Amino acid sequence: MRLEVENLTYSYGEKEAADQVSLKVDRGEFVGIIGPNGSGKSTVLKNIYRALTPDSGTILLDGENLLSMPYKKSARKLAVVGQENEVPFDFTVEEIVAMGRSPYKKLFDIDTPHDRQMVHHALEHLGMDQMAKRSYLRLSGGEKQRVLIARAIAQECDFFVLDEPTNHLDIRYQMQIFDFIKRLQVTVLSAIHDLNLAALYCDRLYVMKNGRVVLEGTPEEVLTPEHISEVYGVASTVEVHPLTGKLAITFLPEELQKQKLEGQRGNLRWAEKKREGAA
Amino acid sequence: MKRKEIRLLAEKNKPGLAVLIGILLLASILTVLLTTGLGPVSVPPGTTAKILLSRLPFFGESIPVSWEILDENIVLGLRLPRVCLGMVVGASLAVCGVAMQALVRNNLADPFILGVSNGASAFATLGMLFGAFSFLGTYSLSISAFIGSAVSILFVYGISRVRGRINITQLLLSGVAVSMMMDGVTNVITLSAPNALGLHNAEFWMSGSLAGARWAYLTLPLVVLVLCMAVLMIHYRELNLLLLGDESAAALGVNVRRLQKLLVLVASLMAGVTIAVSGSIGFVGLMVPHFTRFLVGGDHRKVLPVSALLGGILVVWVDVAARLLIAPEELPVGILTSIIGGPIFIWMLKKSNRDKA
Repeated sequence: MRLEVENLTYSYGEKEAADQVSLKVDRGEFVGIIGPNGSGKSTVLKNIYRALTPDSGTILLDGENLLSMPYKKSARKLAVVGQENEVPFDFTVEEIVAMGRSPYKKLFDIDTPHDRQMVHHALEHLGMDQMAKRSYLRLSGGEKQRVLIARAIAQECDFFVLDEPTNHLDIRYQMQIFDFIKRLQVTVLSAIHDLNLAALYCDRLYVMKNGRVVLEGTPEEVLTPEHISEVYGVASTVEVHPLTGKLAITFLPEELQKQKLEGQRGNLRWAEKKREGAA
Repeated sequence: MKRKEIRLLAEKNKPGLAVLIGILLLASILTVLLTTGLGPVSVPPGTTAKILLSRLPFFGESIPVSWEILDENIVLGLRLPRVCLGMVVGASLAVCGVAMQALVRNNLADPFILGVSNGASAFATLGMLFGAFSFLGTYSLSISAFIGSAVSILFVYGISRVRGRINITQLLLSGVAVSMMMDGVTNVITLSAPNALGLHNAEFWMSGSLAGARWAYLTLPLVVLVLCMAVLMIHYRELNLLLLGDESAAALGVNVRRLQKLLVLVASLMAGVTIAVSGSIGFVGLMVPHFTRFLVGGDHRKVLPVSALLGGILVVWVDVAARLLIAPEELPVGILTSIIGGPIFIWMLKKSNRDKA
């Protein structure tokens, strides 16, 4: 077991943003956390990657207490790619990636050839070695996110925490980034907004609502129309896609939702009516 | 297209750190030689160089005395301490600016703009008036100024932090509020108790001056500069990481709380001891780091030493202008830096808005 979170509670003010959350991630697993906006996905992850300190609960990373671990030690075990990718100062791509080496540095250490090699290797891995000297400020959103993944690779961790890293990206970049990470064959815990992407990439899912984990299991167990309607309040159909072999979720607009309640026949009738209307 | 090419070229040919620091060191030495001679009574650089060399151990004996004793008095008693103080003050203010910018994650931070210098001035005058800290002797003024700047930084930082992020509007506005309050305090004290304050009048605290420089003033700011610089240089990686944001920094192994405390301490120390000897000289901490980043990028390993040297050179030359422009009268050097720095600040503000859009 790589990560064990037990009864994690955290509140920003009076309301609990994460309430008694427990979750587990096994070695090599790709685990997703899904849930509506404000359900506490990000809060849980921030407590795990130590941007926040839990009010109560325990977090074990590789069997050790994460909360009492030196920051540098946890940063050598766990790499983070988050939503936050704006840097208001001028750094080159190379410099940003080299920051991934800092958990290995003591106060007076300088950059060694090994560090430079790791940085180069990471950039190469993402096909960005040509961009090493470019200014990070002037990259596009997708390129920035790739640089941050390169930084996580340079960090030499085999556990990635992803905090909706693809949130503001085009679908092409979203897929690209998940593909990259999948190829790395590392352990992953990721908050994911898009249920279809979650179904495509995750081995296991936790569903959060109002700060609590309400469901867990494989995508097939979790992503049923009933559950989706309970958690998100929308109607949907779920099928196994013939090509991917994974679940494909289609959300139904309000108009169809009413029809759907009347069952398949109603649906057909609606389609017929529409066809007539068009004709 | 052309602009892009130039930009790419500039990005490829950023000068090496060693070369740049070499050039700046040379420029600093030249600055000292040239500016020591400049003033209402000018001494030629050659003579200045000879007078200075004659004071070096071993070497000095071999230089024949070919200058007037008056020149020697001006150079060694008046100008040289002033130029050296200018160097130290400029370097401290620039480095203080860098530290504050890392703390609030914004390149518009500066001890003057955020009211830190005003806080230092207010507490320094308070300290003088009530004789608080007087048991610390010569250092009482510096220590009260240090406390003043620490209070202002914590205040401004506390107000402008909204849900873990620094809000730039809040930051600048709270800076304005703090500086007005602190200026008010300084004014009340200097106007109501003029005798207690001796040399330092209201103008000194508000607009800064190096005119009263003496060798004795130099020790503490220099020690603090060297110490703080060393501390910041040791932590240059953490400073870089802090620019990514608190959350990313924590995820990359930085103890963010500890580093922030350290930065508050370092910035207030430097601002405090500097302002105690020179009054508030504005905008140096803004202009110099900005220009430095333009030269070497954002990496603190380069930004810190280059800013320090550039800041020293800038303040010394502006001080020359301050004593020459309306000679034999003197302008406070802080007025000049404000005249130069104000427009640059406005330009940077505009630019940062444009970048966001």
